[in-house]
Amino acid sequence: MSNDLLQLAMTAEQFKGLYNYWIVIFLMMTGFFIVISRKNMIKTVIGLNIFQTSVFLLYITMGKVNNGTAPILRPEDAHHDDHSHDHADEADHASQIFLDQIADHTPAQNVSAGSEPAIALEALAETGTNDVIYSNPLPSVLMLTAIVVGIATTALALALIVRIREDYGTIEEDEILILDRES
Amino acid sequence: MNSFPIVRIVSKILIPYIVLFGLYVQFHGDFGPGGGFQAGVILASALILYGLVFGLPAAKAVAPPWLVEKFIALGVLVYAGTGVATMLLGGNFLDYDVLEHHFLTEITVGGQTLHMLPSGQHLGIFLVEVGVGITVTAVMLMIFYCFAGRETASE
Amino acid sequence: MIYIDIIILTLLAVTAVTVARIRDLWAAVMFTGIYSFLGASWMLLLDAPDVAFTEAAVGAGISTVLLLVTLALTSKTEKTSTSVPFVPLLVVIGTGAALIYGTLDMPHFGDPSAPVHTHPNPGFVERSQPDMHGLPNVVTAVLASYRGYDTLGETAVIFTAGIGVLLILRREKKSANTDDSTTEGTA
Repeated sequence: MSNDLLQLAMTAEQFKGLYNYWIVIFLMMTGFFIVISRKNMIKTVIGLNIFQTSVFLLYITMGKVNNGTAPILRPEDAHHDDHSHDHADEADHASQIFLDQIADHTPAQNVSAGSEPAIALEALAETGTNDVIYSNPLPSVLMLTAIVVGIATTALALALIVRIREDYGTIEEDEILILDRES
Repeated sequence: MNSFPIVRIVSKILIPYIVLFGLYVQFHGDFGPGGGFQAGVILASALILYGLVFGLPAAKAVAPPWLVEKFIALGVLVYAGTGVATMLLGGNFLDYDVLEHHFLTEITVGGQTLHMLPSGQHLGIFLVEVGVGITVTAVMLMIFYCFAGRETASE
Repeated sequence: MIYIDIIILTLLAVTAVTVARIRDLWAAVMFTGIYSFLGASWMLLLDAPDVAFTEAAVGAGISTVLLLVTLALTSKTEKTSTSVPFVPLLVVIGTGAALIYGTLDMPHFGDPSAPVHTHPNPGFVERSQPDMHGLPNVVTAVLASYRGYDTLGETAVIFTAGIGVLLILRREKKSANTDDSTTEGTA
């Protein structure tokens, strides 16, 4: 009995942790289904679009960190006027805290490598001590370019569909195949 | 679309703000959310809305196709040109640190230090984003012109 | 917060199924726009504002317009077939089940110790401050500076796609008549 309850709790926990992937997979499979089951070319492009958007969502959900915020460092921290280098130790310490929060990992060695380190290091000290957690910016960067490239390639596909319609008079795949065999 | 006064008036009101927002996203992209890709599609959607509501000739009068064609290439040239410029200045391709300059980087007004001209990295990112923005806007607009122009031609 | 998530995700799933089921292409295009917009809303909740408004402008704006213009140039309804697509359905269910089985080992949603957050070293979020002389938007910093080569490549891809559409669809005035006659001949 208690074993069953434990199992149920496990499933609820798993559901909370994995529902994002399941939704994404559901959307992905819907797009996939449209692509392989529909003969209409515009519908196929729409299916590809849905598939593509679900991939974007997959990446973005992976980048989310609990209680995180958008990876835009607070601008008021970025511009400070008193440039003093005695903040360096403090800053190193702060970034160490941040890293420990994220995961057990190697400390940031090259924090003071920039040519104007003082401005940023002070900002860094503040962000570190105030415990701001930023979500991962890398998936955003990858998907940002992918979206725009995606629309460009979609436009190319639609242009080809328009040309096919002009030459064949139809955009149904099976009819085009019949026309091809006849000629 | 000329017979729908509400659509015309509302888009007339909205378009300037869409353009303004696009420019804000382009030039403020290093500080807030934004950048060349986003600004490009926002600017292009403003012009596409204009074309949809007021007709293709009106849109073509605002952004003539021959000019848009040049801009497609110009954006990539600005981007790659930034890289070549950094090489000529002695750095690696797209290594913005060599764009660093010490001319009017900051100015003190009443005890407050203001940053006047952007630093090397900032300048490089700015130029590159401008290049991306130009290309994306021009390509999206050109694609719209191609599709919409097709319609009038085949009728 | 969790309620907004649930509402948006339910709407996303419903919209996707509607797009798959509906036969009227015009309505399908409209639902695609709604789908993109809902996707953008969820991205905003997932701390990716940059991606969210690109998706809103591209998916709900430009892509919808392009699809509508294509519909105007082709046909608005899909040919209806009476047969139920059993094979695609089986393929989709099989693939979906395999993928869901694969997710059981995935790091949980929002888990800070997921490999995605620890490799590469997350210190670059802090390091971007001194590297970029205080530019706060890490997404832009990574996009334009750390991954500058990649973005140049993406720009070139967009450039190429634009040129491709231009070459495929640009109508020269002389060939306009012959194009029309071939369309009528085959239709």
